[in-house]
Amino acid sequence: MASVANQIPIAEGLFTWPSNDPRLLGSRCSNCGVVTFPAQSGCPACCGEETETIELERQGTLWTWTVQGFLPNRPPYDGPETSETFEPFGVGYVELPNQVRVQTRIKTENIAKLEIGMEMDLVVEKYVERDGKDIIAYFFRPSTEA
Amino acid sequence: MDVAIIGIGIHPFGRTDGVSGLEQGVFAARQALQDGRLEWNDMQFAYGGSAAAGKADTMVSKLGLTGLQFINVSNGCATGGSALQSAYMAIQSGMFDIGMAVGFDKHPRGAFTVDPEGSGLGKWYGDIGLALTPQFFGMKIRRYMHEFGITEDTLVRVAMKNYQNGSKNPNAWRRTPFSYADIAESPMVCEPLRKYMFCSPAEGGCAMVLCRADKAREYTSKPVFLKAVSVKTRQFGSFEVFAQCQALDRADPPTVQASRAAFEMAGVGPEDIDVAQLQDTESGAEIMHMAENGFCADGDQEQWLREGYTEIGGKLPVNTDGGCLANGEPIGASGLRQVYEICVQLRGEGGERQVPNQPKTGYTHVYGAPGLSGVTILST
Repeated sequence: MASVANQIPIAEGLFTWPSNDPRLLGSRCSNCGVVTFPAQSGCPACCGEETETIELERQGTLWTWTVQGFLPNRPPYDGPETSETFEPFGVGYVELPNQVRVQTRIKTENIAKLEIGMEMDLVVEKYVERDGKDIIAYFFRPSTEA
Repeated sequence: MDVAIIGIGIHPFGRTDGVSGLEQGVFAARQALQDGRLEWNDMQFAYGGSAAAGKADTMVSKLGLTGLQFINVSNGCATGGSALQSAYMAIQSGMFDIGMAVGFDKHPRGAFTVDPEGSGLGKWYGDIGLALTPQFFGMKIRRYMHEFGITEDTLVRVAMKNYQNGSKNPNAWRRTPFSYADIAESPMVCEPLRKYMFCSPAEGGCAMVLCRADKAREYTSKPVFLKAVSVKTRQFGSFEVFAQCQALDRADPPTVQASRAAFEMAGVGPEDIDVAQLQDTESGAEIMHMAENGFCADGDQEQWLREGYTEIGGKLPVNTDGGCLANGEPIGASGLRQVYEICVQLRGEGGERQVPNQPKTGYTHVYGAPGLSGVTILST
């Protein structure tokens, strides 16, 4: 297993890292309590300017989804595949109870079994290797595959 | 001050090798002037835009350096609609008597490439493969199908209708209709949406001349009056393209807001509309936009498509020129293409695709990233 020093989060402040129990980081409006992801300085609901950063739930339900059926243009895409090795991947919104729905890539061994309402778990793991370092990103995975 | 459209022009949509986007805009502008028996010298102002084919105001080097006020418009898929709205306001305010709205584009082949940071998103968002508009359309229609019982059959029927209409439109890109099976068996792009359910980035140009309504008959015997124009952006809680998160409590999408405002401004209701152009980036969009614009209840689209209500001879013909599906999507021109088509229909010049019984009131609707809508209501 790669050492933590060799693991770089894909973006600072997106999730807690390094961590044994990583969580997505969102923000809660100090005025109206609305939660957003990623964390941001202003509130899109009440226009308030004060928010606090919070850890989001690590389990939720799949609200909607699709399958990215073709290799995205690069840039901006920077995944490891070539047009020969590309496999369609799942994308969706996972509803985190009493917080917010977050957009995510979906990790699954069985893309045909995805369905609205299924339980999903947060996974924070290697996305791609760059310059000898593992780039760490977040995904959600059906709880049945945990 | 009411506002009329007195001249319309279009450069055929699709792919025109060797002709720049800007030249396609110039072509459309000249045609619109000719249609209104006007000269470029007569234009007191212009609003124009393109997303990928250069600055519209540089058209003056071809049309003539008359010194007019020319303002570039950049508003995503609503660029054309926003140019029209700006032209409307310029005349409605009393500042100008006559001017032009113009839009054109020329996109590379393949899916649109998005710059996440330019859209206020993190670089990571594009890096991991989330900055793709087809994903949004797939996810929005999947949820809608789940909630309101829309089936894949209806997705196919929308596409089939629009290609059928496009085959009757000499300015459309895709002039050969696809069969049900062609569409239903085309490759999956973003589930549940297949290749022939999506429009493709393309090329084209469109222009119109607008003037004070009280002067319209000096130029044309068939003026079309702009009864309402409305552009709205997303509210907190609506489900929009490129949203890293969504609120748990849902709000009406910008289309609902723009539509309501337009109906109120025009003093008419959905039942008064004889022909409509609704944003059909893909089949699902047209289905959802039928309800968001107030033409039917959520879920009724199954019956509407099965019974042919939105076909040219139906009770509310939708996308009579083939829509984005048959014309492709040159971002700067599409919104104006919709208005062009409504003018053609209200003037009774639709030829093979003419809506019967002399339509008197028409409706256009565009939707674009990152969540805005533009609606117009037009009448004879």
